[in-house]
Amino acid sequence: MKTLLVAEYRDGKLLGTSSELINFATQMGAESAMFLVGSESVLPNYAGKLYLADIGQAGEFNPSLHKQLLLDVIAKEQPQLVVLPHSSYGWDLAPRIAFALKAAQISEVVEIKDGNMVVPSCNSKLRRQVKATTNITVVTLQGGAFTPVDDPSGTPEVIKVEVTAGGDIQFSGYEAAEAGGVDLSKAEIIVSAGRGIGKPENLAIIENLAKALKGEYGASRPVVDAEWADQSRQVGTTGQTVTPKLYVACGISGAIQHLAGMKKSEFVLAINTDKDAPIGEIADVLAVADLKQLIPILTEKLNAL
Amino acid sequence: MKILVCIKQVPDMESKFKVNAAGNWYEETDLAWRMNEYDEYAVEQAVQLKQQVGEADLTVLCIGSDRVKETMKKALAMGCDRGVHILDTESHLKDPYAIAFLIAGYAKDKGFDLIFTGMQSQDRGSAQVGVLIAEMLGIPSLTTLVEFSYADGAINAKRELEGGIKAKVSCATPALVTCQLGLNTPRYPTLPNIMKAKKKELISTPVADLNPEVSLLEVLQVAPPEKKGGGLILEGDPADLADQLIKILKEKTTALA
Ligand SMILES: Cc1cc2nc3c(=O)[nH]c(=O)nc-3n(C[C@@H](O)[C@H](O)[C@H](O)COP(=O)(O)OP(=O)(O)OC[C@H]3O[C@@H](n4cnc5c(N)ncnc54)[C@H](O)[C@@H]3O)c2cc1C
Ligand SMILES: Cc1cc2nc3c(=O)[nH]c(=O)nc-3n(C[C@H](O)[C@H](O)[C@H](O)COP(=O)(O)OP(=O)(O)OC[C@H]3O[C@@H](n4cnc5c(N)ncnc54)[C@H](O)[C@@H]3O)c2cc1C
Repeated sequence: MKTLLVAEYRDGKLLGTSSELINFATQMGAESAMFLVGSESVLPNYAGKLYLADIGQAGEFNPSLHKQLLLDVIAKEQPQLVVLPHSSYGWDLAPRIAFALKAAQISEVVEIKDGNMVVPSCNSKLRRQVKATTNITVVTLQGGAFTPVDDPSGTPEVIKVEVTAGGDIQFSGYEAAEAGGVDLSKAEIIVSAGRGIGKPENLAIIENLAKALKGEYGASRPVVDAEWADQSRQVGTTGQTVTPKLYVACGISGAIQHLAGMKKSEFVLAINTDKDAPIGEIADVLAVADLKQLIPILTEKLNAL
Repeated sequence: MKILVCIKQVPDMESKFKVNAAGNWYEETDLAWRMNEYDEYAVEQAVQLKQQVGEADLTVLCIGSDRVKETMKKALAMGCDRGVHILDTESHLKDPYAIAFLIAGYAKDKGFDLIFTGMQSQDRGSAQVGVLIAEMLGIPSLTTLVEFSYADGAINAKRELEGGIKAKVSCATPALVTCQLGLNTPRYPTLPNIMKAKKKELISTPVADLNPEVSLLEVLQVAPPEKKGGGLILEGDPADLADQLIKILKEKTTALA
């Protein structure tokens, strides 16, 4: 079995996902080569062949051109698996490659079981084992699912990829995440509100509990998207990553993108009406209750201590 | 201007999912169905674009059983002009490639200037269908958009990256865009618009008329995730629960120290 790993690079930096790709290949017991649109000055730790296209020529975000460069390398290497991170770069590029190769694509792999890929469904309430019926398969890996215990080592053997101009999308730079607001990354206690609060007025219930615990309040994405809470309070892959001593998830189902931002909390208390909510997988305690009933009583009792 | 928006009907994620007898998907009975959340943003953006350009025809397309027509009616009530229902009682057995193939097959000679899809579905979450349609049609696609604007045949947009960073991107139409949560504020259909939607065209076409393609993926098994030990589950009267929680916080954390 031969794999081609597609590493990612952004804004002068090599992204950490390359070590997850390498670990995936190791777990598959497969040979590998790597492809990167990046820079010779920042190479991944990898003891293998690295096909490198210069980002100065190929552009930071130019998926139709990156697709073409990658297809040329695939033609040379003839891998059975093309592996990308399930990230904003990977999920954008993967279907383009899959279609060009008439290959099946398996998105967001979390585990390898008996040589087959396992992917989540229905907000991680179910898992599916899937198998491709094509000779070549494109897979994307869920962030964090294949993090290696030890970082890979080695220096790659660089093979330069010729870049010719092309592409149908223009990229004109990045916009930083909104600055200001609270810095949740330093908070020791965080009480977060999810869509389960139901309406904006109920945010006060969460804020009061946060105050009673002398902590900050945070939020899941739908609460921020609905503008019930400030963007700086969002916890998750597209918000902040937090590591408090206590994280209280109120009315939050536990989607992978939320978990990614808070799973390193020391102690997680979840309050949810749904006993099967995926947050239960990582919570130390799941209190099955309506937050509108439980939290005001809890807050009152805490204030009386 | 001709606009297409593709929507999927998904079960409410708060449902209790039971694996079906064949062991390859979930049992569909006893589930509440709704529009895929990402597609609500897609419909809203398409409706806003139609209002902006004035002269536009907006089609909503959905593949599925007769049940999905309920969800299509919501899209019509939000402001789509017509509904194209591809009747397929086995759409759930199709992989993203087969679904995209059907949609591209329908769209290829219709001259759509813009196609909107969600960035992913809530139940399967492959994040493939949109990009695949665009590749099949040979048009550019912009994915994971959190900002969208259109003027004079060009799209200016922002895609969302990890950590809340955005990438500024643009391309010419015809094009396809995939919509991320928070792109806009999806409207609630008003009662008069719900009534009006009942009179809008909603035509079902049997899937066989569209030369369906076979799937490239096979599902071997569906199962709930193995419980990795998991934590303590507490149930009961709120006042009791509150006392138990305080005791646990005192014993297991330094939060009340
Ligand atoms: C063996 C097998 C069994 C399955 N069983 C079921 C099942 O019982 N029920 C079920 O719901 N799924 C089932 N699936 C999943 C399958 O039907 C997927 O939903 C389909 O492949 C689309 O993939 P996705 O939802 O991941 O799309 P994504 O690529 O994540 O969707 C992106 C966007 O594509 C558009 N889109 C997706 N699907 C449709 C559609 N049907 N009509 C119009 N637009 C659409 C929407 O705009 C959506 O936001 C099964 C798959 C297999 C292989
Ligand atoms: C690329 C990408 C990036 C993303 N980034 C993020 C991110 O950074 N952060 C983030 O949070 N999400 C992110 N998301 C969205 C994520 O996938 C989920 O949609 C989101 O986390 C769901 O938020 P939620 O748990 O609050 O809502 P839901 O999933 O709707 O869950 C609500 C929960 O509340 C419970 N509930 C309902 N009523 C009550 C009640 N009265 N009392 C107690 N419980 C109740 C329900 O049982 C349910 O479990 C991202 C998605 C994508 C695709």
